[in-house]
Amino acid sequence: MAKPGKSVIFILALLLIAAVISNTAIGSTSISLDVSAKILVTKIFESILEMTGKIFPSVTANMQANGYYPVEKTWTDSQEVIISDIRLPRVLLAALVGAALSTAGCAMQGLLKNPMADPYIIGMSSGAALGASLAFVMLLPVQFLSFIGAVITIFVVYNISKIGGKVPVDTLLLSGIAVGSLLAAFTSLIIFISHSPHQIIFWLMGGLWTASWDKVKITSVMIIFGILVLYRFAWSLNVMLLGEEQAQYLGINIEQVKRYVLVLSALVTAAAVSVSGIIGFVGLIIPHIMRIIVGPDHRILFPASTLMGAVFLVLCDTFSRTILDSVELPVGIVTAMFGAPFFIYLLRKRRQSLYA
Amino acid sequence: MLEIRDLSAGYGHRHVLEQISIKASEGEVVGVIGPNGSGKTTLLKTITKVLEPISGTVLIDGTNIDEMQSTQIAKKVAVVSQVISINFEFTVEDIVLMGRTPYIKGSETVEDINIVRDAMEKTNTIFLKDRLITQLSGGELQRVIIARAFAQNPKILLLDEPTSHLDITNQIDILNLVKHASRKGMVVVAVMHDLNLAAYYCDKICLLRDGKLISVGTPDQVLTPSNIERAFNIAVEVIPNEITNSLYVIPVLEPLHETLH
Repeated sequence: MAKPGKSVIFILALLLIAAVISNTAIGSTSISLDVSAKILVTKIFESILEMTGKIFPSVTANMQANGYYPVEKTWTDSQEVIISDIRLPRVLLAALVGAALSTAGCAMQGLLKNPMADPYIIGMSSGAALGASLAFVMLLPVQFLSFIGAVITIFVVYNISKIGGKVPVDTLLLSGIAVGSLLAAFTSLIIFISHSPHQIIFWLMGGLWTASWDKVKITSVMIIFGILVLYRFAWSLNVMLLGEEQAQYLGINIEQVKRYVLVLSALVTAAAVSVSGIIGFVGLIIPHIMRIIVGPDHRILFPASTLMGAVFLVLCDTFSRTILDSVELPVGIVTAMFGAPFFIYLLRKRRQSLYA
Repeated sequence: MLEIRDLSAGYGHRHVLEQISIKASEGEVVGVIGPNGSGKTTLLKTITKVLEPISGTVLIDGTNIDEMQSTQIAKKVAVVSQVISINFEFTVEDIVLMGRTPYIKGSETVEDINIVRDAMEKTNTIFLKDRLITQLSGGELQRVIIARAFAQNPKILLLDEPTSHLDITNQIDILNLVKHASRKGMVVVAVMHDLNLAAYYCDKICLLRDGKLISVGTPDQVLTPSNIERAFNIAVEVIPNEITNSLYVIPVLEPLHETLH
């Protein structure tokens, strides 16, 4: 049986590029695909020019003076603003968040050897939610507090689970669930006593309507770094699927792998949650779907999940912002409404145990 | 060369092994026998540094394992456990490649692949190369796990009841593979339950009871009725097996209908 591995990655990468380009063309103001693509090309060209300008100032100045551009400007300034300042950051943020959640979910499922695992399983979402709720009530920066909430939670859960320098996986899961419920209770309390609970509730549903270039810049650094370092643990996670004792016999320092994978997953998840709220389902289901397609080898499964997660959230987000005329749906609703039935279909079609 | 000196080990305050000393050399199959809970598996865990000893030392080719990192140990020592079930759909070749884990930095090289193929040739599993590990029989699976151990290029092969759950053909098949590896210069230490297979395959036997070594020596020296009764609390007769030129241990049981009445 030949493995589809690398070709799947290649196809998914193309799919992601196509999704980013086509989805920036879709929105309440109708802008045709070719105009939108031209604007994107020009923007990319300009930023490259700007970068080379720092190295070869004379070349760039010369080109700018001659008005040298690859495509003729056939669009209005407002179209350019919509594409490059509103839609593009939003589509990119969707791609980043989808990639982060899906990769972290994949890592947690592999590490915990539990098919129920997702990026939120050890209480990170509850920590982020509590941070965000506090921020809404006390009028503090939401992105920052939700990030801090998630990071503190994972730190607390990890240390509760630590017994004599080791972190047993079941203890980690259970203490994560316990801490998560405690924090969720506090969040409910804040919603209950708050004067304007709607903000918090919408945040909990997950959405990307606050996307901006600033958010893209901050999160992309953390998410891309976190994902790339997680890839380095692909082989160790493969071996650990055979059991922790077997992995130790093969020379793997399992406690070190656990620590790194947890910290990195927490980092990318917290970065994603802080800009998008609690978007469910992506981190649970996308890794499962990719496992059906490419198998359990994390060297392929990781990049496949990353790319598919990005594509999936870009599509869901476009749907959520265009389906109703007057308002946007929280994207968390859309991910579950599309994802769940498709996943049930796959489960039935496969007719055998999906995992383990 | 594996040398265990005055080794005590355990979990928390409970000592499972006390003052064990064993030497095993190249080309030798050393059997470890004893009742359940006598410390056999703990011994293997301590040799691989998965468990820290309470006192005593383990030397691999003269080097104390305290001074070795886990990857260095994995290059010298491979472990084959009881038949394990693997529920993830890796191919057989992927599983054997996992034996190269202590050597691989980044991704596998052509040399790694060649060593993996060679290990599969030796264990007669090359024809299973592209099959999914989840679809193998118990005997095939155990041969693949031995191939994985060979891929580690170990000096020392530790086996923990490698043939339990296997039928008699597969038991013999696996133990022949192990014996062959030992004749090629590997140090083999095997925890075994079947005393007759131990008598036939082992050059030296260590008999454990309650974490203490109560007898060490050739099968003839160790497998005596009095030793076995001391360790297992059961009366046996030991008779020479003329066909295999080894020993045959039979428990002395009352006829069944009398026990039931």
